[in-house]
Amino acid sequence: MKINLGLAQIAPRLGDLQANLDKHLDYIDRARAAGVDLLCFPELSLTGYSLQDLTYTVAMHPGPGNPVFDPLLDATRSGDLDLVVGFVDRDARGRFFIASAYLAAGAVTHIHHKVYLPTYTLFDEGRYFAWGDDVRAFDTRFGRVGMLICEDFWHLSTPYVLWLDGADIMLFHSASPGRGLDSGDRLSSVRWVEMINKAYAGALTSVIAHCNRVGFEDGLAFWGGSFAFNPDGELIAQGPYYEEALVLATVDTNDIHRARYRLPLLRDERTRLTMRELERIHAPNAAGE
Amino acid sequence: MAADTRLKAKLSDEVRAALDAKLEINTDLARKILTRFIAEEVTKPGFKRAVVGLSGGIDSAATAFLAAEALGPENVLCVRMPYRTSAPDSLADAQRVIDQLGVPALTVEITPMVEPLFARFPDMDNNRRGNVMARARMIVLYDQSAAFGGLVIGTGNKTEILLGYTTLFGDSAAAMLPLGDLYKTQMRQLSRAMGVPAPILDKPPSADLWIGQTDEGELGYTYAEVDRLLYLLVDERYNLDEAIERGFAPAFVHGVWQRVQRNQFKRVPPLVCKISRRTQGHDFLYLRDWGL
Repeated sequence: MKINLGLAQIAPRLGDLQANLDKHLDYIDRARAAGVDLLCFPELSLTGYSLQDLTYTVAMHPGPGNPVFDPLLDATRSGDLDLVVGFVDRDARGRFFIASAYLAAGAVTHIHHKVYLPTYTLFDEGRYFAWGDDVRAFDTRFGRVGMLICEDFWHLSTPYVLWLDGADIMLFHSASPGRGLDSGDRLSSVRWVEMINKAYAGALTSVIAHCNRVGFEDGLAFWGGSFAFNPDGELIAQGPYYEEALVLATVDTNDIHRARYRLPLLRDERTRLTMRELERIHAPNAAGE
Repeated sequence: MAADTRLKAKLSDEVRAALDAKLEINTDLARKILTRFIAEEVTKPGFKRAVVGLSGGIDSAATAFLAAEALGPENVLCVRMPYRTSAPDSLADAQRVIDQLGVPALTVEITPMVEPLFARFPDMDNNRRGNVMARARMIVLYDQSAAFGGLVIGTGNKTEILLGYTTLFGDSAAAMLPLGDLYKTQMRQLSRAMGVPAPILDKPPSADLWIGQTDEGELGYTYAEVDRLLYLLVDERYNLDEAIERGFAPAFVHGVWQRVQRNQFKRVPPLVCKISRRTQGHDFLYLRDWGL
């Protein structure tokens, strides 16, 4: 199956839900005109990233009846375009999560809460947000998919868990501020994100797509450069750095099977062995603890 | 002031070359990010213009080059603000930048602004007089900000900000500091790549607050020397002992770091004593770009 994937690397306006919704609807129109089947927006695409005390005022309950989600759900109702959007999820008990929602055929079919909240150097997410506690693959009309948000995929375990849970297509999204200017052609943090995702694509023989926002928030420069890697770890599309763009990538899901004939890493993966060793390492009375 | 020889870094050629390589930057990338930063952070609050104080030195020249590229030269007002003892070369060098960029320019003498205060306090030393001049220039720039309808873009670089080699509410006053995360040596690389005129690149850095003043004479070490150390201590998070192990003279390391520490007050907003439940500066937390 061929999937026409769109990566909307936008610059959200900090804390302005209406302006960001309008931008989403504009990119949805452009994507539909370009024949896109699945359109992904970046982390916190509806709210902006450095929310601080705005966290509490931009949070929402996703789904029907929400004035921001209703027009987005309408956009998917015809069934020819699925969406991934980023927002602040507020649960019934007043906890806030950095979240991504998958929207298809007029419904929210999956929500991922960010499970790793960077709270170091320039990052302060743990001050405002609760930690997500699930990493789950889910079914779409394109096959089984996994979603992760930025820092989630800086940890090896999360893509691995999604892979074992059946995900063949990984949809990653970020609000990644660039850092580390040296003599290289890209900032060092940019090189790191590109390297690790290329490695995941090859090691998991899976499709990896990453949508990263652009624009500035105070002094933070979000670098864009959204990309897709095929299951051989080869780059199939990449957007410009530092500019808004609708990045188009055609993903051939048959590449996944072909890669796995040649390199049966999934077939040979010894999950039981991994679990046994993890249980030994985490056993409460293990030697040395 | 004579340089204290104990402060001189005694690095091996190998370590010096390795650190200089670390301080090398991709100037095209820096230029791309910084011009976009200026364009976006000026236009988001509803402006399209900027005001830059042009001293004739490299920092303000580089800032004017970036601003002109980001906003269009017609939208950047460059203001020269000489005092009667300012080096004549400074005015001429600033003019080179104005001519090369084709920006609108203005010359506002600060002599009649500052002399009455100097006359009122005839015992003022160079330091006080220099601070008064820097703050008089701030007044001129912020007045032109209102007249021209542009944000004031500051010219401070990372070395200067870390060492506190700046006048609080004088040259430190600005809406943004595009060069604020580039060490002086990195900013020089960027300036060369952007085509800042050679006489500006080649002359010794000076605040030009009194005759014969040079930055490096006042600091007691060169920017090249101190940038290598600051890079290790700040960017690479070396502790002082690790920096000394790398070959820097202990007195130099301790002296520089003490200077960084003592000048922290110039890098933070004025302190507010928290007595209410929610307080700006403590837990009323929003970016400048709130809703922009």
